[in-house]
Amino acid sequence: MKNNILVIGGGPAGMEASAALSRMGYNVILAEKEKSLGGHLAKWDRLFPDQIPAKQVLDSLLEGIKDVKCFTETDVNSINLLDRSYNAMLSNGITILADAVLLASGFDLFKAEKKEEYGYGIYEGVLTNADLEKAFKEGKTFSPAPMAIGFVHCVGSRDEKAGNPACSKVCCATAVKQAIETKELYPDANVYCFYMDLRMFGRHYEDLYLRAQKSGIRFIRGRVSEVSETADGRLLVKAEDTLSSKPLKVSLDRLVLMAGMRPSKAGRAVGHQLNLTTEEDGFFSSADNLLSIQRSKLPGFFYAGACTGPKTLPDTLHEARSAAMEIDRYIKENFRK
Amino acid sequence: MIYEGKKKIWAEYQKEIPEDHYFYVRSCIRQSFFPASEATFLDITRNKLGKDIFETEHHTTCGGIAYHSDAIPQETAMTIIARQFALMKKYGYENYVCSCITSFGLYCETLETWREFPELQQKIAENLWKTCHLEFAKPKFLVHASDLIFKYRMQIAAKSKYKLVNKNTGEPLRVVEHIGCHYSKMFPSKGVGGAEYPYVLVGMIEAWGGQIVDYPERRHCCGFGFRQYFIKSNRGYSLANTHKKFESMEPFKPDMIITNCPGCPYFLDRWQYVIAETEGKTYGQDGHGIPVFTYEEVAGLVMGYDPWDLGLQTHQVSVEPLLDKIGIPYDPAKKYLGKNGKNLGQPEKPHCLK
Repeated sequence: MKNNILVIGGGPAGMEASAALSRMGYNVILAEKEKSLGGHLAKWDRLFPDQIPAKQVLDSLLEGIKDVKCFTETDVNSINLLDRSYNAMLSNGITILADAVLLASGFDLFKAEKKEEYGYGIYEGVLTNADLEKAFKEGKTFSPAPMAIGFVHCVGSRDEKAGNPACSKVCCATAVKQAIETKELYPDANVYCFYMDLRMFGRHYEDLYLRAQKSGIRFIRGRVSEVSETADGRLLVKAEDTLSSKPLKVSLDRLVLMAGMRPSKAGRAVGHQLNLTTEEDGFFSSADNLLSIQRSKLPGFFYAGACTGPKTLPDTLHEARSAAMEIDRYIKENFRK
Repeated sequence: MIYEGKKKIWAEYQKEIPEDHYFYVRSCIRQSFFPASEATFLDITRNKLGKDIFETEHHTTCGGIAYHSDAIPQETAMTIIARQFALMKKYGYENYVCSCITSFGLYCETLETWREFPELQQKIAENLWKTCHLEFAKPKFLVHASDLIFKYRMQIAAKSKYKLVNKNTGEPLRVVEHIGCHYSKMFPSKGVGGAEYPYVLVGMIEAWGGQIVDYPERRHCCGFGFRQYFIKSNRGYSLANTHKKFESMEPFKPDMIITNCPGCPYFLDRWQYVIAETEGKTYGQDGHGIPVFTYEEVAGLVMGYDPWDLGLQTHQVSVEPLLDKIGIPYDPAKKYLGKNGKNLGQPEKPHCLK
């Protein structure tokens, strides 16, 4: 008899882990709260560092879960640990008895309007990384063509006042990628990146940064202090250039805020039902941060992806495969003796 | 600008302001700078709106100027404040309203410090007993006087004779609002509307018919800033701050400025004279400046007070063009007459500023 494995969350981590578990012969049930699978990936246009279309990655992930039972627009209404298995009631009325559960609830984007001084939701020209990516994906362009565009790194990340001192890991590379794409779309525009540190740690990320510099994108080390609107409706951005130790003001047509990662609200709701612990940053605590990142402190309950902290897409996919192996090991040790 | 976005933020920063029964404390400097503002506040709240606002001659300074100038230590300032609060209790009140923004900021800072460090609160209570034989108390509600006028803005609108509207065009007047830094920049949750887009003065202007001007340097300090002005060698910095604000608001062609701080209206008003004398530049129409008002003065104007009873003749920037724009009558011959009818003497006319 095949063991039931419940995967909560149909983003890249949930899909990749489901595919791996399905290949191993498990009966995988995937529950996703949104209408379609893919999570944030489905809303993205192109991915760093190679700018490959997000759709290409998503299609490949979808191909891998053809044999997985997927329930979309489905919440986990209740979940509890029985003797060895988990009893989960889904919002579609189906009850599942699962021998292992994988939580892949991912992240929510930081609500950029919380950084009131940046004027998101107040000024028309201020948008987020997700808004810009949506515009790219839909082929929308700004009219009239902007003459100056800024990107603000670390919006809601590395910011104690915003309640998140941690780095969101992907924003620097995303900002540089989006800045390059913006410059390609509007070659005459001045493009600025306001950064604290550039954390271009992955393979080819540094190449992306070099490419951005060569294309004329200006990198200003310093935080934006406030955004306001001029009489002609442009954005006046005040920042500090910490390399020249000078405050600066620049008028822009658009300002893109790199909203960081926050723990998923839906994931926390599931965790709350099982009393799963979180760390100070609000993301779930693993059993161990080195040797058992995919294991929770509950038997048979596992994590993959950004529910345990911000991760890049490659990290998420690696972790999903790794979680599948951990689940396989757990099932073999506990159910097949 | 997306007005709905601002309303969303404003909704998150609402403070509870009781309707009535307040212990009122005055500002050290407002009575000199804007001599009728506090009297107008008391007249409007007590006599026009029928509120119970109590004041006693026994209250003192909050110690804010000395504290921010490093002339007295924090514990001394806290003991002075504890005495003010103790007087409130002695006279049977639990709601505290202060006229000064510096005081308001210092009261907020003190209450937060006591909350964070109860042992310090205990020490201050002991200091208070040893020095004044007064019983330690904390206000149930602490508000700034502009919070109260904000609270009563619709009642004032209902009794208004004039609106902040250009009588010739029917257009709302374009009003710059300027919040004192110590009102909500230190403790955003203590101010109506928060720190980035404060609503306390905006609410008044909207209720009285005006239109708010949102200009880039609206959050910038007026230029007072204790160390900027009190230290003579820093005064150029004070002026530069004010200059920056006027350069920023100029393209929006504001008709007037409303403020809620003792220092801000003074510096925004007087430095216009200095800028005009040194650079020959004026920011209002036809060589005039942009008139600057306290919120009590604006409330008084819309309620039909005589401009000279509001002390508007003590402003550097002449207010007559604005009064004409709204249609508020005034007698030029009475401008420099004191309350007793005696001539106070006419100030010398500046060269550039009309």
